[in-house]
Amino acid sequence: MNKLNIIVCVKQVPGTNEVKMNKETNTIIREGVEAIINPFDTYALEEGLRIKDKTSGKVTVMSMGIPTVADLLKETIALGADETVLLSDRAFAGADTLATSYALSMGIKKLGSYDLIICGKQATDGDTAQVGPSLAEKLKIPHSTYIRKIEEIREGYIRCQRMTEDGYEVIEMSLPAVITVVKEINEPRLPSIKGMMRAKKANVTVWTADDINADKNLCGLRGSPTQVVKTFVPVHEVQSEMLEGTPQEQAKSLVDKMINMQFKTCK
Amino acid sequence: MEYFLTEEQLMIKELAAKIADEKIAPVALQYDEEGKFPHDIMKIIADSDLCGVYIEEKYGGLGGGILEMSLVVEELSRACGGISLAFAGTGLGTFPIILFGNEEQKAKYLPDIASGKKLAAFGLTEANAGSDAAGVQTTAQLDGDEYVLNGTKQWITNGGEAEIYTVIACTNRSKGARGFSAFIVEKDTPGFTFGKKENKMGIRASCTRELVFDNCRIPKKNLLAKEGMGFIVAMKTLDRTRPGVAAQALGIAQGAFDAALKYSRERVQFGQTISSFQAIQHMLADMAIQIEASRCLVYQTCRHIDSGAKNISRESAMAKVMASDTAMKVTTDAVQILGGYGYMKEYPVEKMMRDAKITQIYEGTNQIQRNVIALELIKELSSKK
Repeated sequence: MNKLNIIVCVKQVPGTNEVKMNKETNTIIREGVEAIINPFDTYALEEGLRIKDKTSGKVTVMSMGIPTVADLLKETIALGADETVLLSDRAFAGADTLATSYALSMGIKKLGSYDLIICGKQATDGDTAQVGPSLAEKLKIPHSTYIRKIEEIREGYIRCQRMTEDGYEVIEMSLPAVITVVKEINEPRLPSIKGMMRAKKANVTVWTADDINADKNLCGLRGSPTQVVKTFVPVHEVQSEMLEGTPQEQAKSLVDKMINMQFKTCK
Repeated sequence: MEYFLTEEQLMIKELAAKIADEKIAPVALQYDEEGKFPHDIMKIIADSDLCGVYIEEKYGGLGGGILEMSLVVEELSRACGGISLAFAGTGLGTFPIILFGNEEQKAKYLPDIASGKKLAAFGLTEANAGSDAAGVQTTAQLDGDEYVLNGTKQWITNGGEAEIYTVIACTNRSKGARGFSAFIVEKDTPGFTFGKKENKMGIRASCTRELVFDNCRIPKKNLLAKEGMGFIVAMKTLDRTRPGVAAQALGIAQGAFDAALKYSRERVQFGQTISSFQAIQHMLADMAIQIEASRCLVYQTCRHIDSGAKNISRESAMAKVMASDTAMKVTTDAVQILGGYGYMKEYPVEKMMRDAKITQIYEGTNQIQRNVIALELIKELSSKK
């Protein structure tokens, strides 16, 4: 089997279920919260490593984020990733999913040839599930989301199972392509001591916006059409009232209430 | 407490802890009830490179020693003292090769043990040779280029599951303990079979079986060291691996303590958590004192051994006695703190109390260890006169 070049995109997220928002800037508060690799991305990495194990290929892990994300990228080396690239620049700050996928696409173009890009289905902080598909559009390659199994992969071809609400679809695509994976796809491995030692000595490549020839107007806050106006947890208040009496009385009472609430009557 | 572990030792401890918490703890009760051998967990431990922590780098290991082995055993035992024994029992079966194997034997057997591909076991105990190890009746008779083994070993950890066995047998009955020799026997050698799997009180995920030798012929080159050195091979091995039992006991104690402390902060009686009662607080404090004191002695004994010190019997025995007596006391107190719940299998401490007991018994009962310690003390005083 030909060696396959896999790129796995990962995101740093807060290691907690209680994401706190900055009410003024409407961005996630990352200070003082343990940072972890987005759990869904760990399945993406594991799937990449399994393809590598089978095809003696190569796994490159890419992330966009603040300089400390390099430490998380080192963890991926401990698990078996061959190379890691961090896109880090002030110009990338405040990026929405569009600007993020643009920056990742430029970084991937700089990396050169690849067969498959794997992302987690979504991040546990923003939960948008947009970056994977958006990245494929930027790179003008096919994509499929919610992949729960790769049935076959070889140079130029992939067949996989896409999870749906009531089963799965079998998808065939030409490569290169992007897939986003669900947690059902595998069980991520633990690191090895030799991997941890390799990670300790490893260097994480850091690229700025200039390094990847990115148009700064398309990066970060400037390149983000999404404006978060307000973040809040919706309050579901349901007021209920039980109507009593005979069916006729109940129906009349209901109609009266609806008229009072200014529902239009049907004519 | 700061134990000044190296970066690599911390890495080993951290990874073993991760395996214990994420992979072992959730299934420990199931393995205990079913008495199932933990092949899948051993695969995880192997993939993490931990099987070779105490084996030289040139044979595929990480080049550590008894301390590295003990750190792994301690962490794994926090989650299950039975599952950890597949790893620790392999260490016991491997040390005779590490200490007394020739280059050919080491090159043949150590790489597969370091990679976790094969497990090992140690066969000394027999029906009539327990504390009195000199009572070994299994024989090995030289016949041309082969030794012919006959006899039965009892209660052998990893029996039937391991691929590589180091076995003590008598090559010259007239010389008593000086007539013993040590051999490497591979599984599937004709004439080498296994007895029934023992039904034990604790460490139930560990597999304990008889090794039965019936005219089992092994190549002469499988002799470890020289004829007549078997008893020394056994004693020097046990001196080095006893801290492993101590580490197992330490891990079990720590696991029980953690469960008791957590429970004491959750359980409400008389309108307050039971951790606010001084009776419970003092029990927890005593448990913590004993565990920390044991850890100090175990780690320092490991370092003493790894430094290449010659006289290690006394320290090794002390570490084993201290940690195993602590494990028994702490697990019993943990069950007490959890009260009725502690007696139920739904909570982990009941199993820990059963697992702890063996650590006072095997690799030399604590009574035998005290004999060893006392003898060393008397010898030391006599040598000063």
